[in-house]
Amino acid sequence: MSGAKALVKALEREKVETIFGLPGGAIIPVYDALLDSNIRHVLVRHEQSAAHMADGYARASGKTGVCMATSGPGATNLVTGLVTGQLDSSPMVAITGQVSTPQIGLDAFQEADIISIASPATKYNHQPRSVEEIPPTVREAFFIASLGRPGPALIDLPKDVQVDTAEVEFSDKIRIRGIKPIPTPDNTQIGRVAEMLSEAEKPFILAGGGVIVANASHQLQNLAELLLAPVATSLMGKGVFPENHPLSMGMIGMHGSKEANQIIYDADVLLAIGCRFSDRTTGKLDEFCPAAKVIQIDIDSTEIGKNKCIDAAIVSDAAPALNMLNKALVKKLKHKKKTSWSKKIKEIKEISENKIENSGKELTPPKILRELRRLIPDKSIVTTEVGQNQMWASLYFKALRPRTFITSGGFGCMGYGFPAAIGAKAARPDLPVFDIAGDGSFIMTENSLATSVLEKIPVTVVILNNRMLGMVAQWQRLFFNRRYSAVQLGNVPDFVKLAESYGAQGIRVGSILEFSKAIKTSLKEEVTTVIDVPIDPEENVLPMVPVGYSLKEVIG
Amino acid sequence: MTKTYIISALVEHKPGVLYKISNMFWRRGFNIESVAIGTAEQEDLARITITIEGDEKDAEQFVGHLEKLIDVLKATRLDPKKAVIRELALVKLKAKDAKMRSDIFHYVDVFRGRIVDVSPETATVEIVGSKDKIDAFISLTKSFGLVEVARTGETALIRGPESVRLDE
Repeated sequence: MSGAKALVKALEREKVETIFGLPGGAIIPVYDALLDSNIRHVLVRHEQSAAHMADGYARASGKTGVCMATSGPGATNLVTGLVTGQLDSSPMVAITGQVSTPQIGLDAFQEADIISIASPATKYNHQPRSVEEIPPTVREAFFIASLGRPGPALIDLPKDVQVDTAEVEFSDKIRIRGIKPIPTPDNTQIGRVAEMLSEAEKPFILAGGGVIVANASHQLQNLAELLLAPVATSLMGKGVFPENHPLSMGMIGMHGSKEANQIIYDADVLLAIGCRFSDRTTGKLDEFCPAAKVIQIDIDSTEIGKNKCIDAAIVSDAAPALNMLNKALVKKLKHKKKTSWSKKIKEIKEISENKIENSGKELTPPKILRELRRLIPDKSIVTTEVGQNQMWASLYFKALRPRTFITSGGFGCMGYGFPAAIGAKAARPDLPVFDIAGDGSFIMTENSLATSVLEKIPVTVVILNNRMLGMVAQWQRLFFNRRYSAVQLGNVPDFVKLAESYGAQGIRVGSILEFSKAIKTSLKEEVTTVIDVPIDPEENVLPMVPVGYSLKEVIG
Repeated sequence: MTKTYIISALVEHKPGVLYKISNMFWRRGFNIESVAIGTAEQEDLARITITIEGDEKDAEQFVGHLEKLIDVLKATRLDPKKAVIRELALVKLKAKDAKMRSDIFHYVDVFRGRIVDVSPETATVEIVGSKDKIDAFISLTKSFGLVEVARTGETALIRGPESVRLDE
């Protein structure tokens, strides 16, 4: 069997259904072998999009996403997507072609030392130097990508190894000695944390992306209801707790909801689950909940106390930890009565929900996004680009289920949302998928329209179009005395014509009514749709906590 | 409080591993004092001894991040009071006349070092000991004229039967 065939067979054994990629000289043998496989290959127009699609596929489904590229520039183009996946803990396997082994190190055509370049971004990377090495490498890459805290893995396959033939064995055995056991919750710690929580008068839960990865949203909801504790999420945690639940406080942080940012300061016990206390979540760290006792649950021991000093920790996957906590607390708290804390939460939520937006403008991001939520089914998947669109989406689009709100949190990677939406749709063809976009971000990977149309993976892009790099413009407006530097994008391209030139549907809307009609059309027609929604370029995302300030010091 | 920590790790003895480990130091911004690496008790394993400067949290994070690397099989912080710690240094000094030579010989004797090479103009000394001992020797003999210094960095093992091994 050739190396290329061994690779494809190994991928089939991992139950890979879809690969996002773009071929080139150093990976042609693998593409040849793919022709004889049932694995679907989705052809992209730029490798960065392939990586984001694999990432979106992974986040929507929980399965490992796979992307593929040739050597050199193909491989380096994947890197942005790998780092995106790493910072948001997304399980991915990237496969790159490499120049033939005798040429490695000689600066051959399209040679890049992708193992070294991608090392800091990957949990596992290996360059098989023989055909026999391919099956175990694939097994290990998939095993490690989804193990514990998930992340990207890389297989770099030299061209001569793809062509060589050998007798190969396929086995499920993992050869790596350095795999550490997955931590399980410590009974003593569970007991201690249960006690702290049951004694808390004003408990508060902060849930991050780790709870989604652990598929523990159900357990989270149980715990919150037992404790009568309000739940805020980080950006990555959005969707893990239904945002229409009476205990939901929405998102916390720089662009978090006012009520969440305010009430977290009143908490006496803060339980953070699968959340790494990033700077965008906490604001000025020294002033983040100084009075509360902090409990942290995380599967990654290096996250415990990395940013925020804590009082108790459970190093574990969120699911078993929450199961044990619920079990320990259910007797104690089964009949917990509503307290003044519950009353306060109810009041604060009522005030914010009854606030009527009285801007005279017809098309504002809050109105658009609330309307979008009203129109699309609860189970729809929404991705976002990066910038103002992302923060508006996190503030005004209520996510109701886990894995339905997909965004580049840690890396803040512009150009992410559209290919991630395509990846999500490939994983979940049964669900409608929307990319909430800004014009600046969408332009970066707009050529994925070709993939969406030709591969029949229809998604809808809603462009909140301010003809600006809006978030940078907002900072320049607020903190640089309105000195706009390099943020005006002009009124190009014409997104309707752009969509049409790819064979997609393009709709420009001028009112909420037209927007609703466009969304309904896109839900009905299952074709790639770009909805261009012109908005006021002066629109700010508010509330906002400036960098270096505490969450209490909010603008707007 | 900033102080020096010694971390001992057992790692895969194969190409690229040192790169991946040192890459982590850089990425996470650790302050590395020295790294010593060599084959361990098994030929396919290397033992790497790293001294870092930092506080308690840095040391904890450092061990955690080392352990996350799949090429690292074990990583442990060593208590200096319960470990044998040695560094080897080769120090080439100017030794142009008999007086200088005899002074150097005297210091070497006091520090229990050895003269390992002599030329009409220089003498090369081998010193083994703690980092502080080597620092002291160098600072005392600097006045002769320091030509070259090569140090291995500290390497260490736990005292007694306790060990950092693969099978335990």
